[in-house]
Amino acid sequence: MSRTSELEPLVFEKSSPGHKGVDLPASGVPGQEIRDLLPGVELRRQAPRLPELSEPEVVRHYTRMSQLNLSVDSSFYPLGSCTMKYNPRLHEELAALPGFAELHPYQPETEVQGVLRLMYELEQMLLRVTGMQAATLQPAAGAHGELVGVLIIKAYHRDQGEAHRDTVIVPDSAHGTNLASAAMVGYRVVELPSSRRGLIDLRALEAALSEHTAALMLTNPNTLGLFEEDILEVAAMVHRVGALCYYDGANLNAIMGKTRPGDMGMDVVHLNLHKTFSTPHGGGGPGAGPVAVTTQLAPYLPVPVVRRIAAGEGDGETQAGGERFTLDYNRPLSIGRVQGFYGNTPVLVRAYAYLLRMGAEGLRQASEDAVLNANFLRSRLSRLFPSPYNGPCMHEFVLSAASQAEGGVTARDVAKRLLDFGFHPPTVYFPLIVPEALMVEPTETESRATLEAFVTAMEQIAREAREQPQLVREAPHTTVIRRPDEALAARKPVLRWQ
Amino acid sequence: MAAMSYLVHSEEDRRHLLEAIGAADIEELFSSIPASLRLEALDLPPGLSELEARAELEKLANENRVPGCTCFLGAGCYRHHVPAAVRALVSRGEFLTAYTPYQAEASQGTLQSIFEFQTCICELTGMEIANASLYDGPSALAEAALMALRLTGRTRILVSRGVHPQALEIVRTYASGPELQLECLPLHEDIGKTMAGVSSLDPAVGAVLVQQPNCLGVVEDLSHLAAAAHAVGALLVVSVNPSTLGVLEAPGRLGADLVVGDAGVFGNTPSFGGSSVGFLACRQEHLRQLPGRLVGQTVDRDGRRCFTLTLQAREQHIRRARATSNVCSNHSLNALAATIHLALLGPEGLRERGEICLERAHHLQIELCRQPGVRPLVTGPFFYEFALDLPVPARDFCAEMRGRGIEPGIPLETLEQGQDPVLEHPRPNALVVAVTELNPPEALAAYLEYAHEVLLLLTEKRECL
Repeated sequence: MSRTSELEPLVFEKSSPGHKGVDLPASGVPGQEIRDLLPGVELRRQAPRLPELSEPEVVRHYTRMSQLNLSVDSSFYPLGSCTMKYNPRLHEELAALPGFAELHPYQPETEVQGVLRLMYELEQMLLRVTGMQAATLQPAAGAHGELVGVLIIKAYHRDQGEAHRDTVIVPDSAHGTNLASAAMVGYRVVELPSSRRGLIDLRALEAALSEHTAALMLTNPNTLGLFEEDILEVAAMVHRVGALCYYDGANLNAIMGKTRPGDMGMDVVHLNLHKTFSTPHGGGGPGAGPVAVTTQLAPYLPVPVVRRIAAGEGDGETQAGGERFTLDYNRPLSIGRVQGFYGNTPVLVRAYAYLLRMGAEGLRQASEDAVLNANFLRSRLSRLFPSPYNGPCMHEFVLSAASQAEGGVTARDVAKRLLDFGFHPPTVYFPLIVPEALMVEPTETESRATLEAFVTAMEQIAREAREQPQLVREAPHTTVIRRPDEALAARKPVLRWQ
Repeated sequence: MAAMSYLVHSEEDRRHLLEAIGAADIEELFSSIPASLRLEALDLPPGLSELEARAELEKLANENRVPGCTCFLGAGCYRHHVPAAVRALVSRGEFLTAYTPYQAEASQGTLQSIFEFQTCICELTGMEIANASLYDGPSALAEAALMALRLTGRTRILVSRGVHPQALEIVRTYASGPELQLECLPLHEDIGKTMAGVSSLDPAVGAVLVQQPNCLGVVEDLSHLAAAAHAVGALLVVSVNPSTLGVLEAPGRLGADLVVGDAGVFGNTPSFGGSSVGFLACRQEHLRQLPGRLVGQTVDRDGRRCFTLTLQAREQHIRRARATSNVCSNHSLNALAATIHLALLGPEGLRERGEICLERAHHLQIELCRQPGVRPLVTGPFFYEFALDLPVPARDFCAEMRGRGIEPGIPLETLEQGQDPVLEHPRPNALVVAVTELNPPEALAAYLEYAHEVLLLLTEKRECL
């Protein structure tokens, strides 16, 4: 984001009557009156007020707009639980290959064996990373994966004759999506207060578990960046009351090659390909949220499932032949579909390329470097912004701006001041259990130089908060806009150009 | 060898960082993981170099057949031309690698483009408010159904059989969680439009879902359906193909209460069904129940107009268990591509594109129906997708045509995929055909020529049996 960037008018404000950016060939068939082609149909009386611009004008407009953004490409982006790692450009080219990008979902299977094989192999690799037994690539985002996972849990209990289980437990440090997903499936949600150490409190868990519990949803490491050391006991407790364990994979970047949710006793796992597996965030998606489950839950996965038919095997419908891949719709216990087709294919291609490139060693190294970077930052910053959880962390950690309150400086102010230094701020005001929280996740793709620069900036902000608090309270000073009035935006919503 | 290019540190860097932390080795930082859970190594092959990975992916890509101009497949995923300028802009790192625009000062590019997308959707659909995008048309339809039930306080959903069977399945999946009831509205056997007499709707229904054009390609009478829904106090939810909205009247002006659809028909390639852009549009009065992100206009402390995420109290990160939906990441970049394409098209281009598709589809349909035994499956008006009743099984027709390089359409039975039939009974001879600006006149001519040959061949075969 250049400091000389100017705001751009809206594309509608740059519209000029008669300008057009696309030229199309003629239909080439005998012309007819539209009214004759659509008898009795209500036709458009007033054209939609889309903007009228030429191609050069459109290119200039959106290029200039792009220059108003910070991005991983341009800046350090230490958003906790978002894993803003480098998005490899090779993967962009591969996802755009016509052999993937031009495929229609209704082409016969014989014509799309390459992409079906990719999906199958991707699932297999994700199963090995997670230690689970069966997977779906259909969910379009992490939250979508959570919805699928909770629906699977509900279907399972119903089939066990345990439909009375109406409650899902989450720690109070959980992502909001966990609660919202459980509620969308009709569950009551109970929040478990964390222990003094910021972990799941076993006694509180014991008290909360009952025959009405359907599942415990957790993430490990948790949103404080702490590994749940008692995870095996937690899983055992949950299973003892006949409930299931759901693992939110948002923080998987801490543990690849070090441990696996399947080994922790998890029954359902979702992954975020746009976090751990390097696919780009795109300003808010598309991502992908594959779900992996144990063998006993596999029948409930969304339909269709990608199946491999080995060479020489028939499947009752066609001749035995070479190895091939098929979409299996014969899944009587499936929870059904959640997406129109098979998943966000371009995102799947990128994640597959990432796994091929990294291999076992690379993934392990990525997690080690992520944890290394986080601990380095924590060791330098926790003294200045102490939070109740200052011990060793995994891939992310939480600071608190509570000790800057004397000068009237808040976490929001610290975040805004960081913008003046060219950094995207960390996540603020989450997790809810830390006051004035700043959740920092550097990821493994940041160099020492960047980490040092961030530390220097934070040290300066801490100093300013003591000596010139107004500078921080009124930040940012150098960005193209400063402190948008959010209250006004909510009070008098203007959600479109008029 | 692992992808050192995606990792940054040298061994020297790692040593330095460990020293600064005061840790003896990296394993010390993982000591909180119980020994019994520690992995030796992941069971994955070693990493490939960029060269090798590219070769591997290209091999996989080449195992797929890229459809050419003789592909007439539709059914919820429509092939349209994507101008080069769209790809060039959308691949800019500032858009591609930005995060959700929670920090407005750092994200005016993304925020403003979403505001432009919201505006475009409102203009196309004739509604007052649109969200920042959802995953795809079918999941947007499901979210709209849930929203309609929240607004009416009822628990029953009526879905037209004209809604794509797969989209219907998704609504069913979303409804199964909170155990809502779902029933189907039949189509008229001959005309192919949704049948909804004013007296026939159940007063316990909160949402009536229809697709425009429907899965047989038929253009529904939305005013009539809106009247039927409103007569029992239900909301009409319309899932529309926005490609048609340069020619067809906006659903918002015909009585629709919630309008959804897939804007992936602008700016996005088919990508095996994976490059979609769901949208959901509503009126002002329903705003508080709208799921998904919203970008609003405001001013900053210096009075400059700017944009910010707003009304976040509806969403999961604020409202948690009581959010309107769990949706977080959506399809922002795909929505940007759609917005850029719409900016290039403008109202004229949109109408022109629609008319090209309309004219070519009608030409093909008329000519095909000159073949002996080929009739329209239903008689209702259609846009650029239509259904035929062939004199032979559609699957056989498709297999023979494919052998001649034509992908002639989708058998209705494939669309139904084990769900209940769209019409009263299964119709194995029914074929659904889509025609867009990517099918030039030569492709239509080839279709006709081969269709004649194939129908002759297959009809003779049957006569011999």
